[in-house]
Amino acid sequence: MSFEVALSRRIGERTVELAFASETRLTALVGPSGVGKTTVLNCIAGLLRPESGRIVIEGTVLFDADAGIDLPPEQRRAGYVFQDARLFPHMRVAANLAYGEKLARIEDRWIKQVEVVEFLGIGPLLNRWPATLSGGETRRVAIGRALLSAPRFLLLDEPFASLDEARSETLMAVVERIRDELQIPILLVSHDRVEVDRLAGEVVTLA
Amino acid sequence: MTEWLTPAEWGVIGLSLKVSLLSVALTLPVAYALAWLLARRRFPGRILLDALVHLPLVVPPVVTGWILLVLFGRNGPIGAWLEETFGLVLVFRWTGAALAAAVMALPLMVRAMRLSIEAVDRRLVEVARTLGARPWRAFLSITLPLTLPGIAAGAMLGFARSLGEFGATITFVSNIPGETRTLPLAIYSGLQLPGAEVQVARLSLISVVLSIAALIVSELLVRRSAGSRAHVL
Repeated sequence: MSFEVALSRRIGERTVELAFASETRLTALVGPSGVGKTTVLNCIAGLLRPESGRIVIEGTVLFDADAGIDLPPEQRRAGYVFQDARLFPHMRVAANLAYGEKLARIEDRWIKQVEVVEFLGIGPLLNRWPATLSGGETRRVAIGRALLSAPRFLLLDEPFASLDEARSETLMAVVERIRDELQIPILLVSHDRVEVDRLAGEVVTLA
Repeated sequence: MTEWLTPAEWGVIGLSLKVSLLSVALTLPVAYALAWLLARRRFPGRILLDALVHLPLVVPPVVTGWILLVLFGRNGPIGAWLEETFGLVLVFRWTGAALAAAVMALPLMVRAMRLSIEAVDRRLVEVARTLGARPWRAFLSITLPLTLPGIAAGAMLGFARSLGEFGATITFVSNIPGETRTLPLAIYSGLQLPGAEVQVARLSLISVVLSIAALIVSELLVRRSAGSRAHVL
């Protein structure tokens, strides 16, 4: 079972509630804007604490309200690519990529920087400062940084938002490659049906 | 160049610099810790802490000096303990002058650092955590480097304030030539003497130049760290 998620969390005046289990390599989480998809990702990554529920990924219990289990984010090994990328502005691209890699245990690392750089086509960007990158380049570096942190699963928050068609297409091909070649489960948040139909093995709707 | 000023005047400047440097060195970590607490944490009594930190800014410096005397004097609770445990006496010593300057500089340093900590996107720390960094490591590798200009700005501001410290200093450690007679105290003493106008003018000019330089550097650093919306002046 790749993802086994059940959670409930109050955000402002509403409650975000979701329960699903999926086994495919790429699961899409869809729903209208503002419904709480990012909240779900934040709960799975350990940045927000649900009020109740259970989160199990690839057999590891990350959160269980009844059993009192709540792993801190640094122990969950989520490769979280945020909607706004959030590269560290005071480090060049190469240092951004290496940040998570240096913190991972050697035996947990399953991909090398040269492979990631080649995979994502970010070789020419290694010495650049994040502020000088375009939107698509920033996204690719953010994905690379997440891949190198020895994640056990990936969380992608609207990775194709505000990208033009050409860039979107390139990035979609990248995500397909990750899905098919790298063998780690992916949870992708999107509000675009086209992207979802193309990439997802299973679709979960948040209403 | 040494003929510009008399040896006594050089001594006064040297003492002022020594006192101000120690004052900033002592206050830096304390100011940063307070700035971080006030910027990042909610806790009961937070407003009270904020007010306490700002007290030296609004209370008459003489009163601050008097409070220091009560606490750190040789018979005071902290002063007696310091003398017993470390043989450390602060009254009538340049180290006491540094403490007085430190207390007066603290609010300004906290304000400058707090601005720059608030300007750091907290979500960057979140990213670091998801990449495997524990809270302390995330702080050292993300927040601290990004607030470095704010720290430098606070230090410069604190240095300028310490150079100009008068009321608390003269109350706590009095006006002893060579030991606690810093630049402002020397100018004050000069005013009491007939015929020392030139000396007073010279020392005052030096005081103004040093302070303006420190203020400008500090303002530039804060702008750099928190954008041109933020400023200390």
